[in-house]
Amino acid sequence: MKALARFWVVPAVLVVWEVGARALEDTDFPPPTTIVSRMYELWFSGPASRIFLTDDAMDNLLPSLGRMFAGWILAAVLGVLLGVLLGRSRTAADYVDPLIEFGRAIPPPLLLPVFIVLFHAGLSMMLAAIVFGVIWPVLLNSIDGVRAVDRTYTETAVVFNLSKAQYLRLVVLPAASPKIFAGLRLSLSLALILMVISELFGSTDGIGYQLLQAQRSFDGAGVWATIALLGVLGYLVNTLFVLAERRLLVWHRQATRNAT
Amino acid sequence: MTGARLLRGAVGAAGFIVAGELVIRFVISDDLSFPPPSVILAETVRLLADPDFLAGLGTTLANWAVGLLVATCLAVPLGVLLGSLPPVERAIRPVLEFMRPIPSVAIIPLAILLIPADGMMKVSVIVYASVWPILINTLYGMHDVDPVAKESLRSFGFGPLAVLARVSLPSAAPFVATGVRIAAGIALVLAVSAELIAGGAAGLGVFVVQASSGNRMDLMMAATVWAGLFGVVANLVLLAGERRLFQWHRMRTGARS
Repeated sequence: MKALARFWVVPAVLVVWEVGARALEDTDFPPPTTIVSRMYELWFSGPASRIFLTDDAMDNLLPSLGRMFAGWILAAVLGVLLGVLLGRSRTAADYVDPLIEFGRAIPPPLLLPVFIVLFHAGLSMMLAAIVFGVIWPVLLNSIDGVRAVDRTYTETAVVFNLSKAQYLRLVVLPAASPKIFAGLRLSLSLALILMVISELFGSTDGIGYQLLQAQRSFDGAGVWATIALLGVLGYLVNTLFVLAERRLLVWHRQATRNAT
Repeated sequence: MTGARLLRGAVGAAGFIVAGELVIRFVISDDLSFPPPSVILAETVRLLADPDFLAGLGTTLANWAVGLLVATCLAVPLGVLLGSLPPVERAIRPVLEFMRPIPSVAIIPLAILLIPADGMMKVSVIVYASVWPILINTLYGMHDVDPVAKESLRSFGFGPLAVLARVSLPSAAPFVATGVRIAAGIALVLAVSAELIAGGAAGLGVFVVQASSGNRMDLMMAATVWAGLFGVVANLVLLAGERRLFQWHRMRTGARS
């Protein structure tokens, strides 16, 4: 009942869209039922042994997801490592601050042609674009998180005579992790965007490539279907990340709840 | 204090350039076709006299500015409307939540299909992507309005419109400004992306693609430097504007500078 009250607009919009699009009869503006059936045709009408994924889905979805996660994880590792190093010393961060500001102001897609010349079209070019595009939120949030470690913790660590490695692992990283996770979440949605743009620009497979092919062959329903698929992917990826974050940071939520 | 920070920043940037120069000139030489920073910087200055580049930059920035302006004019009233009518917001919210995870660049091929006019297509894509951060921030600002202030005005006999103009709008304004600043960065990304995919007569992205077909890495990097500089300046200007206009907000919330 509550869900009905909250979500009634979505079916209403879909019905209006369906009726309007059927009346319009424009192939570039298909009704939702056509889009969904095109999605089914393109990706989900395969054999049961492959959980109904078609060849197209295997050849395009999997490489795309692989690139997106590989780029994101690479950027996450680099960003957290650099961020923890820079966050420990304000002076060190001052030296690289203009470079970071400049780097993150460059629109990442502009570097796609550069990476194509450097690495040729292919996996390493797309990974480079994704890493360059998504590393900034992780880096900046890690610096912030490490910098904001509570003084009491630092002093407690001194009292307990923790070694440097112990201090990093037991005090700094856990204290900075809520911030780091916020950066990682932002990076994940950016990774999806950069995966799509790099596949639109210079790839021979992947969801972005399929989207481009659909547009070039004037397959309006295919374009809409791909966009819908990307929306679903974006939603799923974000939801999964939030669930994982809740699990991993459960102690943080409990601690802050007790404090207030 | 800030002087020392600026100096360190300058030293860091200079060190990066010198290190890049040395590494590219002496460590990796032939198999990598990447020009050293000195060549890139010289080319960056020279681009200021290049009519093709200037035309491209002008086109891109015009699209960026128009798109950002239209997005602001659409998103702020919509956000204020939804924010002041909670039942409507609750109804619309799921639709927004369904549309928001769609990666904005995926809209570009659709826009190419639906909008034949090239300039219009590019601006529309920029508008679509920039609306989201402004809308979300406006909504957030409208929710953040101090209920006591609203109730006080109401009990003094002010009508809903007066409460909106005197309390809600001023208190949401700093959030709107933050939304516009975030959207400015996104708009630049979309402006360039649309040019990379759709091509066109002139544009920053078009210029870089042309330079890459001529294998002119120096020109590509120089154009990238300008794009980055523009991004930094736009961000600083918007940030300074926010600080000036909304000093009271910072004082109220005690946010650090």
